[in-house]
Amino acid sequence: MSLNEEKVSQIAYLARLKLSDEELEINTNELNNILQLVEQLQEIEAEGVEPMAHPLHMSQRLRVDEVKEKDDSNNFQSIAPKTGNGHYLVPTVID
Amino acid sequence: MNWETVIGLEIHAQLNTKSKIFSSASTEYGAKPNSQACAVDLGLPGVLPVLNKEVVSKAIKFGLAVKAKINQRNIFDRKNYFYPDLPKGYQISQLDWPIVGEGQIEISVDNNTKVIGVTRAHLEEDAGKSIHDLYDEYTAVDLNRAGTPLLEIVSEPDMRSAKEAVSYAKKIHELVQYLDICDGNMQEGSFRCDANVSIRPAGDNKLGTRAELKNINSFKFLERAINLEVDRQQDILEDGGEIVQETRLYDSIKNETRSMRSKEEANDYRYFPDPDLLPVEISDELMSQIMTELPELPSEKKARYISEFELSEYDAGVLTSQKSLADYFEKAVSISNTNVKLCANWIMGDLLAALNKEQVDITNSPICAEDLSLLVSRIDDDTISGKIAKDVFKSMWNGEGSADEVIKEKGLKQITDSSEIESIIDSIIAANAPQVEQFKSGNEKIIGFFVGQAMKATGGKANPKQVNELLRKKLT
Amino acid sequence: MHTKTLTQLVDGLAKKEFSSTEITQHFINRIKSSKLNAFITVTEDLALEQARVADDRIANNDNGVLTGVPYAHKDIFCTKGVKTSAGSKMLDNFIAPYDSTVSHKLNTAGTVMLGKSNMDEFAMGSSNENSYYGSVKNPWNLNKIPGGSSGGSAASVAARLSPFATGTDTGGSIRQPSSLCGITGLKPTYGRVSRYGMIAYASSLDQAGPMTQTAEDAALVLNVMAGFDSKDSTSSDKNVEDYTAKLEDSIKGLKIGLPKEFFSEGLDDGVAENIMHAIKEFESMGASVKEISLPNSSYAIPTYYIVAPCECSSNLSRMDGVRYGYRCEDPKDLEDLYLRSRSEGFGKEVQRRIMIGAYALSAGYYDAYYLKAQKVRHLISDDFKRAFKDVDVVMGPVSPTTAFDLGSVKDPVSMYLADIYTLSANLAGLPGMSIPAGFSNNLPVGLQLIGNYWSESILLNIAHKFQQQTDWHNKAPKEY
Repeated sequence: MSLNEEKVSQIAYLARLKLSDEELEINTNELNNILQLVEQLQEIEAEGVEPMAHPLHMSQRLRVDEVKEKDDSNNFQSIAPKTGNGHYLVPTVID
Repeated sequence: MNWETVIGLEIHAQLNTKSKIFSSASTEYGAKPNSQACAVDLGLPGVLPVLNKEVVSKAIKFGLAVKAKINQRNIFDRKNYFYPDLPKGYQISQLDWPIVGEGQIEISVDNNTKVIGVTRAHLEEDAGKSIHDLYDEYTAVDLNRAGTPLLEIVSEPDMRSAKEAVSYAKKIHELVQYLDICDGNMQEGSFRCDANVSIRPAGDNKLGTRAELKNINSFKFLERAINLEVDRQQDILEDGGEIVQETRLYDSIKNETRSMRSKEEANDYRYFPDPDLLPVEISDELMSQIMTELPELPSEKKARYISEFELSEYDAGVLTSQKSLADYFEKAVSISNTNVKLCANWIMGDLLAALNKEQVDITNSPICAEDLSLLVSRIDDDTISGKIAKDVFKSMWNGEGSADEVIKEKGLKQITDSSEIESIIDSIIAANAPQVEQFKSGNEKIIGFFVGQAMKATGGKANPKQVNELLRKKLT
Repeated sequence: MHTKTLTQLVDGLAKKEFSSTEITQHFINRIKSSKLNAFITVTEDLALEQARVADDRIANNDNGVLTGVPYAHKDIFCTKGVKTSAGSKMLDNFIAPYDSTVSHKLNTAGTVMLGKSNMDEFAMGSSNENSYYGSVKNPWNLNKIPGGSSGGSAASVAARLSPFATGTDTGGSIRQPSSLCGITGLKPTYGRVSRYGMIAYASSLDQAGPMTQTAEDAALVLNVMAGFDSKDSTSSDKNVEDYTAKLEDSIKGLKIGLPKEFFSEGLDDGVAENIMHAIKEFESMGASVKEISLPNSSYAIPTYYIVAPCECSSNLSRMDGVRYGYRCEDPKDLEDLYLRSRSEGFGKEVQRRIMIGAYALSAGYYDAYYLKAQKVRHLISDDFKRAFKDVDVVMGPVSPTTAFDLGSVKDPVSMYLADIYTLSANLAGLPGMSIPAGFSNNLPVGLQLIGNYWSESILLNIAHKFQQQTDWHNKAPKEY
């Protein structure tokens, strides 16, 4: 599978990354080289092998339903780029 | 052409846990903006989710109630997309391995029952809220709701009219409250419906292209939105057009749906198993524990009302339509010697009418179940007549005291002493000779006139049956 | 003073030969005069305050083993009130509002944080050249890379700027820089150390561990770092051993497996020679050696370079300029805010991996890439399961070469190939170590030990016994 620049700009947008024309060209090359490397995976016969999402065979631990957190919003908002009246602010979103 | 409507619903029920699905922050509604968004809810770098046990239990309860297969091994996935009220840039949800598998629920519309398939129900986290009207140049983001547990209940496209869809939605709404897994508050968004609507020529097997209707926060709007959409699709198809698969927002003020194409643009959610969460494995112990905790379900309750209380199908249906109503009824009839049928009539009649008129929820009724039960007993033991009882009810509603207090205070006790009634009847007979003649010459109906006179003379406190008997004895 | 090992410093503190304040000031001075660029932030005031508190605790006999010992903390761990950048412009303004579990444990133990060490941006890199704060230099040769991503931590310990350092290892990020800088580094079994508050690169691979001069030192640090954490669903509640308890056990009869795939083409001769010498040393100590095969290990690179980018593309989505971190100047709308904040905030390698991940997870490609990689991951893990039926430990090189020149590897794929020997342990979740095992062209060579699950104490024992027979771990670059 090989990527063209159009596909790479779609992927970049999906990941919300902006590429200049020059970056687009470089990235298309590099991503294709990387894809060539990972293409080796297709050589392996792995039919019926269970996909391994976690290294450990453990199951999810369940937490007791208790409220333990206190309002720490001032602390959290002190590092926010833009806030107003306790809200995080972003440029107007038009739905 | 004859068109057939096909509807499937996606219902998001907020599970009424104390803390969030993956963090220990409070889920309480209406708090100061972002005061209930902890490090995990904000998606700070490095934070990790830990699953709330209660969320799992509540989902299982729902599954058991719709006779669904519970997937004892289920998996959380990440649904990736960017939006300001989605802090991590992904929503934790369940794609291929939802906790609740296929189930079903019975609805009834116009006295016909129908089984609607539940495709699945999965757990996920709610997003925060974007507020667009607070600032001119900004959208304000409140993340208090982020991480609130949701059970998304997906139906099969089994409904054929807006009415059926509403009936199904109400049924699920009633069920989640019965199970005490969701408070059902639609205004606060605890129970939200999205409808997938399509139409096809009647008799066709192939589904038409559907539109997904969002932002519906009442059953009334659900019905309106679906009907609007059906009309819109019919117009398009009859004009030779094509339906576009899209999400449409219902605007209850303008009573219209409009396209939300901006949110649509080629979403590729890139689902994959969340590596921060392990597969959930529900033990048999937990399953059987939840099974024993499961409350009586509406359908079971209805059946019991019919057999145990000998109520009609209709009455049993009304009384079990809401958990709070059934609770009220059961409390009222739990008092010994209550006439169950009479009690049911009073609850479904005067009480529901009054509650409806004053827009009061039954849980806040000014007349509690015990008091209503007492009122019913006073009718049943002939202390007052049914007619007088209506006045007593009004006084009780207005906070003038219990049935006995009102009866005593206003002297409404029925006259049951026959000698007293006899003397009243004697004087009525004496004063109305022409009517007596009419009766004697065969006009049976004239008896009503005498009863009316007797009731008038006693201020309604005489027992009409007793009056009737005495009159007949005296006149013949 | 700085030439002492952690164990020796602990001893000196206990005997009151010096105070924590004295050694802290000494290391701070060394850091300040160092030209290695090993630190992103030096927390002098905080360190001296922590040292004062530690001295009080020591005076009141209220101390733990590591109370008063200074360390370098990889800048990937959230440290409350202290900038935590993960080597990225994206988090250059990020003052962490909470502590990671590892930081909390180290604080509770009374250790003294000297500063936050330099690293490849979001731990993506093998040379430390991907840091927004510039490359770290290898103390053995200032023209060479220190390895990555925990390059600052490795250089700091090697140059005796700190008695120990924390690191994280997703595909070799503790072991490879330890090898290239000539120190001891341990990546524990996945789930042994809490990941809470450790900025995630690839969640199913990331694991934190100690970087020290000796195995004995590493055992002491791991004693503090390891343990169950209710805030991390993937942390294990398996009992934590005292990692110092088995250090002195005899390794006579130890069965060492040498995977033939780790000694094939691409391995530098000088490195191979040192590794074989080290193996001989083990044989002289009574261990036996057996050639084994890990047939799928060559697929570790493609597997890793799918799994890790997929996870990171999603993990880094939260860096959106909304709640914290970098936001571009005057965003004209929301799209602009996202696009510019992220492309200006992330470096090139990070953007590359995000794109690979976004692509591999996208509709139509998921099965061919992500799902396939997860299956091959299973095969790689099964190879080790088979191997550990016959041997106690797997040994081999950490890196195919010694440290290369700064700026010499420009092509991403060539850089990825250098991770060949370290990736498998992460994919399988196994513990791995790098210990100093000699020099080639005056640059350190590390020997890799890979153990079975939860065998940290065995690895430390093997490493410690080796270090009693050799003195590679005591060697420091001349000027230090």
